[in-house]
Amino acid sequence: MPGLEDLYREVILDHYRNPRNRGELETPPALMAEGFNPLCGDEVKVYVQLDGDTITDVRISGQGCSISQSSASMMTTVVIGRTIDEARGTLRSFKQMMSIHEHGLDGQDSALDGSTEVPSGLGDLEALRGVVKFPVRIKCATLGWNTFDQALAEADS
Amino acid sequence: MSLDVAAVKADFPLLAREVHGTPIVYLDSGATSQKPRAVLDAMNRYYETINANVHRGAYHIAELATIASEDARRTVARFIGAGDEHELVFTKNATEAINLVAHSWGRTNLTEGDVVLLSLLEHHANIVPWHQLAEERGIEVRWIPLTDDGCLDLTDLDHLLDGVKLVAVTAVSNVTGAIPPVRQLADAAHAVGALCLVDGSQYVPHLATDVTELGCDFLAFTGHKMCGPTGIGMLWGRRELLDAMPPFLGGGEMILDVRRDGFTPNVVPWRFEAGTPPIAEMIGIGAAVDYLEGLGMDAVRKHEVSLTDYALRTLGDRFGDDLLIHGPTDTTHRGGILSMCLRDIHAHDLSQVLDQHGVCVRAGHHCAKPLMRELGVTSTSRASLYLYNDESDIDALGDALDEAARFFDF
Ligand SMILES: Cc1ncc(COP(=O)(O)O)c(C=O)c1O
Repeated sequence: MPGLEDLYREVILDHYRNPRNRGELETPPALMAEGFNPLCGDEVKVYVQLDGDTITDVRISGQGCSISQSSASMMTTVVIGRTIDEARGTLRSFKQMMSIHEHGLDGQDSALDGSTEVPSGLGDLEALRGVVKFPVRIKCATLGWNTFDQALAEADS
Repeated sequence: MSLDVAAVKADFPLLAREVHGTPIVYLDSGATSQKPRAVLDAMNRYYETINANVHRGAYHIAELATIASEDARRTVARFIGAGDEHELVFTKNATEAINLVAHSWGRTNLTEGDVVLLSLLEHHANIVPWHQLAEERGIEVRWIPLTDDGCLDLTDLDHLLDGVKLVAVTAVSNVTGAIPPVRQLADAAHAVGALCLVDGSQYVPHLATDVTELGCDFLAFTGHKMCGPTGIGMLWGRRELLDAMPPFLGGGEMILDVRRDGFTPNVVPWRFEAGTPPIAEMIGIGAAVDYLEGLGMDAVRKHEVSLTDYALRTLGDRFGDDLLIHGPTDTTHRGGILSMCLRDIHAHDLSQVLDQHGVCVRAGHHCAKPLMRELGVTSTSRASLYLYNDESDIDALGDALDEAARFFDF
């Protein structure tokens, strides 16, 4: 049975208590997208500042649970300073980590014990790996990322 | 007659299970209730002994199935004080019942500029169908505001009723437990020539219901919150209104005749029940009503009032200002629904910790986003009580809240 400590790792709680890069950016020039978690009513806004292909700043505003807030906070620390392509690569790796290939009900999490292939190089973000053991919380962990992805899509259009 | 809760608990097989190694503490009956063995048995018995389609076959078991499902209609109609069982339409759930009124009555009777008056307590099921009609027809959706303690603010009611054709309100808020004065609203609606629809989803399972006393014209409610199965809801409507309403969905069962150039709709209630009905579920809801009547709805209500009182008192003592419980404090005017915020711990995080202790509560916006905005929160953790809950469940909730406060003690 997965326990609370699988979900609430210390680094997650740290980002929740002290979220990095909270705030807003002026739009334009910054891009902005708004994301909703229809399950719990959480709302997040992600602001992205680009210089050519490089992400120079990202800000997060809105409310959410510890998982959505810390995941978005960690995301900002990882993607700022990267190119759009690099950031999208990290996004793909993260979402791969968050996808469950199969999971048993009633806590029989045979495929969730880390035996599935998880991309490495995610740094602190790997602390969120335990979230897949709590399937309803996956949407929380990916909310900021999907919203970030939407904001980047603005750059393409 | 008072409730023997230990005996009641034993009637519900699921309540005997454990989660995460501890006995389950089920406090989410506002979302869906557990089912007593009598309901499960009745549905199984149908499948095992008389499974056949209804209103069709002339053979023995088809007749028995038809009789059993139509008996259920009579049982439910009697349960809500309806004089005529033809006034009771079976739907998929309360949501479909309200949609039926919006599509059939609304499309026939509402035109641009007409007003539908809702309260800010409404569930999305009693909001979105009217928004859809507003988009399609240009009707106006207007809102009854709230007082500071989460009750309806009716000081400006006369003004609010200007141009209103339908007042559509919940009889118990699924977020705060507030019980609005439905009778007063129905009378006020009638005084200006409007109709009144009541969303009884959180009312019918918990309080003795009499449509004449409520004074409404339509009552929507849902089977799975009242010890019955999922997949069945009910719309009660006054006969002359239903008789004048066109069908909602088209297909089999709802017709008297179909020709190459058209069709003749069936009489009510079957006019509104297109296709094969949820036969096992009709039988199930009939058994659920029998079960509730066996306990007595007055006893159920009395039990819930005293348990809600116990919860407000003991949780208030234990957590003081750290625990905010929304809604009215007078338990005679509220249902057993406790929407909680523990310090600034997010509802999702709180319910996750409660789950580890076997305590099942609902976290989120409870499909009532306009109300949540009014309360100034995006989500709450909601504990909702029913006839099988007792003081030990409230104590377990308190213990789990304690753990959560410790875990997130920043
Ligand atoms: C007040 C209220 N109205 C309507 C509904 C909708 O019920 P259902 O989903 O069964 O249609 C609910 C239940 O979620 C409710 O609490």
